[in-house]
Amino acid sequence: MPNEDHLLVKIRNYAFLVIGLLAIGIAIGVELTVNPPETAPFDLLPILLRGLAVTIELTLLGAALALVVAIVAGVARSSGHIIVRTITGFYVEVFRGTSILVQLFWIFFVLPLPPFNLSLTPLQAGVLALGLNVGAYGAEVVRGAIGAIPSGQIEASIALNMSPGLMMRRVIIPQAMVRILPPFGNLLIELLKATSLVSLITLSDVTFQGLALRQSVGRTTEVFLLILVIYFLLAYPLTLGVRWLERQRQWAT
Amino acid sequence: MQANSSAPIVRFENVTKSFGELTVLRQLDFDVAPAEKVTIVGPSGSGKTTILRVLMTLEKPNDGVIWVNGEPLWHQKSGDKLVPASEKHLRKVRGSIGMVFQHFNLFPHMTALRNVTEAPIHVLKMPKGDAEQRAVELLQKVGLSDKLGHYPSQLSGGQKQRVAIARALAMRPKVMLFDEVTSALDPELVGEVLNVIRELAEEGEMAMLLVTHEMGFAREVSDRVVFFDKGRVVEQGPPEQIFGSPQNERTKAFFNAVLRH
Ligand SMILES: Nc1ncnc2c1ncn2[C@@H]1O[C@H](COP(=O)(O)OP(=O)(O)OP(=O)(O)O)[C@@H](O)[C@H]1O
Ligand SMILES: [Mg+2]
Repeated sequence: MPNEDHLLVKIRNYAFLVIGLLAIGIAIGVELTVNPPETAPFDLLPILLRGLAVTIELTLLGAALALVVAIVAGVARSSGHIIVRTITGFYVEVFRGTSILVQLFWIFFVLPLPPFNLSLTPLQAGVLALGLNVGAYGAEVVRGAIGAIPSGQIEASIALNMSPGLMMRRVIIPQAMVRILPPFGNLLIELLKATSLVSLITLSDVTFQGLALRQSVGRTTEVFLLILVIYFLLAYPLTLGVRWLERQRQWAT
Repeated sequence: MQANSSAPIVRFENVTKSFGELTVLRQLDFDVAPAEKVTIVGPSGSGKTTILRVLMTLEKPNDGVIWVNGEPLWHQKSGDKLVPASEKHLRKVRGSIGMVFQHFNLFPHMTALRNVTEAPIHVLKMPKGDAEQRAVELLQKVGLSDKLGHYPSQLSGGQKQRVAIARALAMRPKVMLFDEVTSALDPELVGEVLNVIRELAEEGEMAMLLVTHEMGFAREVSDRVVFFDKGRVVEQGPPEQIFGSPQNERTKAFFNAVLRH
């Protein structure tokens, strides 16, 4: 029975890949028949790939910030201290309750004005918006995972005379990690996809390069097709990674 | 195993504990002598677990003072007044108490060995090598020297509970609390856990406070049996007296009901 399940999961994983690639293949095929290009679309690739570095940089820095924010805010939201809990609750609700695009505009266009007078480079603004937005979702994941730890674990830690900090570090967080990792993988994919929004604050990521290319050479379908393929190829390994993580549960039976 | 007549290791003085409207401990006065083995019996809901939990600092009493080894547990001295204890004071006094739970509460992400070494290394700041050596000895003592590297999910209920006992012993408590530690076990695994506790009782130096429904076992290991009902001690004395010729009507009724089961 477990073997059958395993096989089904495997088939399903590959099915998604096959369907995805098939869809892209058909789209390319249709595009090339309807609209035969003088040159293959791949001549556009080098320019788009120039944006790739920016996209990856944003993803990595944004994810690092989101991770720190998620853990700090998630632990703070589980805190017994009502003021700490309320403040982080406010942050989480504001950042989950408004659009990331609006947050990005606030950070990039409003913060430089009085009374804030805080000018950020587009990269800093992008990383901050992505980190704070995804961090807010991550904080809820962390809070949920901490809340799911049975009270017996806390009582055993007290009976062993652990300090609250030690209990958090060595008992609660390691157990919460198992529940946290798969949803964090999904948030990382969301974050990667959301990086395309920073093209709107003049950061030259893949999407930005694509938009510029479309203006200069036209060939709209080819440009957007390539962008689609690039994002898919970036995100799909992450998806597979999340599935792998979900299967790794050494001690949790 | 005669109860020591020196100063008590644990003293409940006028302790009251309520959950909302429900008063679970009513102005309880109750002493445990050093090295004394005391079993608490009583009907379900009478507050037996609550006694252990306020002593383990898992529940805060509403009123009264608990003394452990001559020091107030939930209070600290400020001049000659008692004020609520700081976290630091609580941790200092709590160090004399250990507890074994009904549902084991082992750390599932640690092997049996690490469950036992974790608190000695990080709370008592014992060198890792010493802590491991002691953990191996303790696990050997509870009959699990072949399970050091096993995770709790790979152990039976009886084995888990024996690891939990070793884990609590590693902190060298002066008083050990056992709350129905065999009632979550399959019947055939109860004996192996009771044997370990019986051995600890025979060694003698640690005071033990047990809540159990295993009346035969209680009779065998206890210096004193306390019948507890509605938040108060109804009757107490040596096991032969309480089990053999209880004086109080409520005690008699309780044992009649238990023995008829
Ligand atoms: N955290 C709590 N909140 C509210 N009521 C509680 C709480 N803990 C215990 N109680 C109540 O206090 C009473 C005494 O509980 P306690 O667990 O001490 O009884 P007990 O003698 O151990 O019973 P049992 O033999 O069933 O384990 C019960 O009525 C219980 O429902
Ligand atoms: Mg109980």
